Amino acid sequence: MPFIPHTDQDIQAMLATIGAAKVEDLFDEIPTSLRHASLDTTASGLTEMELSRLMRERAKQDGDLLCFIGAGAYEHHIPAAVWEVASRGEFLTAYTPYQAEASQGTLQLLYEYQTMMASLMGLAVSNASLYDGASALAEAILMAVRANRKNQSHQVLIPATVHPHYRQVVEAIVGQQGIQLTEVPYDPKTGTTSLSFLEAFSGNVTAFVIPQPNFFGQIEEVDALTDWAHAHDALAIAVVNPLAMAILKAPGQWGQDGADIACGEGQPLGVPLASGGPYYGFLCCKMDFVRQLPGRIVGRTVDAEGKPGFVLTLQAREQHIRRAKATSNICTNQGLLVTASTIHMSLLGPKGLRLAALASYQNTRLLSQKLSAIPGVKRVFHGAAFHEMVLRLPQPVNQVLVELAKFNIQGGYAMGATYFELNDCLLVCVTETKTILDLDEYADKLQFVLEKLADTGVTLEKKTLVD
Amino acid sequence: MLIFEQSQKGRSARAQLPREITAELDIPAHLLRQDEPLLPEVSELQVVRHYTRLSRKNFSIDTQFYPLGSCTMKYNPRGVHRLAFLEGFLNHHPLSLETQSQGFMACAYELQEILKNVTGMKGVSLTPMAGAQGEFAGVAMIRAYHESRGDTARTEILVPDAAHGTNPASAVQCGYKVREIPTGIDGNVDIEALRAAVGPQTAGIMLTNPSTLGVFEQKIQEIAKIVHQAGGLLYYDGANLNAILGKVRPGDMGFDVMHINLHKTFATPHGGGGPGGGPVAVSERLVPFLPMPIVAKSGDFYRWLTEADCPQTIGRLSSFMGNAGIILRAYMYARLLGAEGMHRVAEFATLNANYLLARLKAAGFTPAYPTRRASHEFIITLKQEAKELHISALDVAKRLLDYDFHAPTMYFPLLVPECLLIEPTETESKEALDAFADAMIKVLDEAKANPELLKNAPHHLPVRRLDEVKAARELDLVYDPERSHSL
Amino acid sequence: MSSVPKALKYSKTHEWVREEDDTVIIGITDHAQTMLGDLVYVELPELEFSFEMGQECAVIESVKAAADIYCPISGEVVEINELLLDNPQLINEDPYGKGWLLRLRPFENDFKELLTAEQYTKLVASEAH
Repeated sequence: MPFIPHTDQDIQAMLATIGAAKVEDLFDEIPTSLRHASLDTTASGLTEMELSRLMRERAKQDGDLLCFIGAGAYEHHIPAAVWEVASRGEFLTAYTPYQAEASQGTLQLLYEYQTMMASLMGLAVSNASLYDGASALAEAILMAVRANRKNQSHQVLIPATVHPHYRQVVEAIVGQQGIQLTEVPYDPKTGTTSLSFLEAFSGNVTAFVIPQPNFFGQIEEVDALTDWAHAHDALAIAVVNPLAMAILKAPGQWGQDGADIACGEGQPLGVPLASGGPYYGFLCCKMDFVRQLPGRIVGRTVDAEGKPGFVLTLQAREQHIRRAKATSNICTNQGLLVTASTIHMSLLGPKGLRLAALASYQNTRLLSQKLSAIPGVKRVFHGAAFHEMVLRLPQPVNQVLVELAKFNIQGGYAMGATYFELNDCLLVCVTETKTILDLDEYADKLQFVLEKLADTGVTLEKKTLVD
Repeated sequence: MLIFEQSQKGRSARAQLPREITAELDIPAHLLRQDEPLLPEVSELQVVRHYTRLSRKNFSIDTQFYPLGSCTMKYNPRGVHRLAFLEGFLNHHPLSLETQSQGFMACAYELQEILKNVTGMKGVSLTPMAGAQGEFAGVAMIRAYHESRGDTARTEILVPDAAHGTNPASAVQCGYKVREIPTGIDGNVDIEALRAAVGPQTAGIMLTNPSTLGVFEQKIQEIAKIVHQAGGLLYYDGANLNAILGKVRPGDMGFDVMHINLHKTFATPHGGGGPGGGPVAVSERLVPFLPMPIVAKSGDFYRWLTEADCPQTIGRLSSFMGNAGIILRAYMYARLLGAEGMHRVAEFATLNANYLLARLKAAGFTPAYPTRRASHEFIITLKQEAKELHISALDVAKRLLDYDFHAPTMYFPLLVPECLLIEPTETESKEALDAFADAMIKVLDEAKANPELLKNAPHHLPVRRLDEVKAARELDLVYDPERSHSL
Repeated sequence: MSSVPKALKYSKTHEWVREEDDTVIIGITDHAQTMLGDLVYVELPELEFSFEMGQECAVIESVKAAADIYCPISGEVVEINELLLDNPQLINEDPYGKGWLLRLRPFENDFKELLTAEQYTKLVASEAH
């Protein structure tokens, strides 16, 4: 019996203690008509060896690809020690640290995490994580609506340059609570949030979401955007790539007064791509808003002998106490991912983080230069970018991706899926994991594929003419 | 000692870092970072040693019995964890082409099918990232269903007073008012109160069965009838699914929508508070509203269903595919169990709970519902001991830590005073249960002979009892090298 | 037994009211602070906010609970006890004195709804059973 240790003698002895004749008797309070769960379509169990064989085959189907996709999930080198240590049973199989005295390992680690993340964002406090980047943005918006006493219009501005999936998640989550989301268009030249739209905007705004870098990889004029928000009594919510903050100005320093809340996807800091999760969302804010910060928060205190220790604090705002009046219904955080991420940030340190960000930036520029030599391939937006770029292709993007896949290259993200006007565009990402040879391989194969498709296209046209 | 206090300027984990480069940034200076973030400068060995040592200050399932009621802390198979780390899964980008994702999609699709089968439901979406998000999705679907029928007068969700705190919180997040339904002295929902509460304003009811009181709701079919007749839907909080897995199916009880906590019933590791997994399963009428994405199968090919395929969906709840790695682990666990293994989950979880209850009862502890069978968990109330010996459930819990047992859930459910909610799970042996019962008996003896021993517990852990009041009054949430932390 | 000063009026939800010239001062009773335990945070309304009788006008938190304060009479906030923001324990130490919460200018004389010290003492005794 998998994972059940009972021997026949155990079962008999236990039933005798209970005073029941058989196990089925323990279910006698359940109406008989309900007690016949049929698992007719579920297969019978596998051994670990059989399962291992099956999973290796499946993993092989998805593996060994040269990845140039970013779009919110980024391949970075993760030092071996990160998951070796994070996978220790004491981290992996512990519960939420409610019993503080029996959870000092996780609690101290979370305190260290809060310190690192808050510092990376240039803000006073951080929570102990949320589900992922998209849901963190939704929580940040709900938090801003609760916190902004100056403007209760419940109108939130979100630029079109914010990750389209994030915008969909925000709509699904906050849309239930009477919050009005207004999209801010982007400047077609720079691919950044349109300042002229904002200048002309006259409505009441409770919060303004500011991405950095934005979904196109472009770098936003965050100072001006933050100041615009504050001039309109709106709270400024930064949604940022945390690795980029190793070289870009931290949200807490944006504009005159700094962003009020910063959130985003923690995945680039030590979490593998893993088909999309589990990742973790981070959420930081100014001290003024700490009481509105959802999720777990760890605080340092002392024990009965005056020795330092750590506890979950500010719990009175949470669902298990405040129930219907809680700041959020959130119960879990992403503890294990934060564990890995904290170890990752410790190993890289300020220098390593900066180098990873710089190398990603530089590789993207190198690829950009190589690709600009290919006829018909053009960068769509001018201005500074981090480690992603939008390219316009002379051939249908989806076909290009399918052709590249034949060389085991994942060419990027087809923009047409979420930006109709960029239907002929590809979002390409390069991180520090790619070598010059990889970049050459990508450029060569892209050129080859484009030429091939062009030939096929020409052939087709000729054929039509002849017919 | 904090990792920051081990930091030395100029030290680094060389082999772990990218090569030194000098990149010229064409980014305007006012957008660049000027200061250095507060990250430690330490060696690889220092990091490994620091966090390995920290890990040893934790209780965990791998090291201790964890009878934490309502949390289903069962063994998390190591093989499953290792296989989830296979290169092909680990380095797989979520936005890969479908042709490059068939391995993962096959697993997700098959898990959807298994979950439909064990819940007796017609549709499943795996995307919610935790139980609470599953609840949110479920209530949002109830709302979308009513609205699709033009039935907009339904403004209220009914929640028994014994429910998990997430239930009312989720209902409010979906814009509903919450009305509490009282519990009778036998632990069942007060049917007359329910009858009086339902009406044209009722959108639905959220129920856990067995309830958080550790007993099976015997009148569930009647409850379903009352709520359905009023036009409301039934939400099943899957937190306690372990009690009935392979035995009773929520779909057969009359529920319309539910979530499943993969980190409980399907043994994915809790990771010190997450990640979890909260797939939702629904009856026929709610299928069109399921959150995206979902895996579909055409012939032998798996493909993603999105908003374009399901225009009535409540939308997207996560950046990509929810906690994909947790989905993968739950799938593997389900395959290891198989149908016959699942039948045994409820049986042995229930056997273990009733055995432990019988032992504690015999030793003089007071069950909160003495006339009822335990489900997979049960409640002991220390009301009497609190009064006579001036000790609290908290004191007992802290003393248990000294005996190397994780404490049961305390002070939940809120309606039973001084309570301990105990859930042993099916993966614990009789010896482990006996050792725990013996420790409980010893602690009770100590409470009579020397209550101070309990009040000052724990004595043998890395720290003594911690000052939560100080933590909340003098918030110290981040380390600041400039500030004295007054310790 | 917790103290219930004779000179004050009380609400069923454990707030006290003291009349002072044309304003009233509001706080929570000794019984309420005992039940809540060590308080760690107080959230007070902004000046010039108006409240109906029974409306939530403040929140106080202990480590284990957050409690809403229901405005015992209708009125406009003219002063809040800012000392509490950094010293919530004043409510524990001196609930009828330094631990006051806010001062209101009442809209009308609706004191009749409130309980006398004697009535409140009875209420507390009955809730204990």
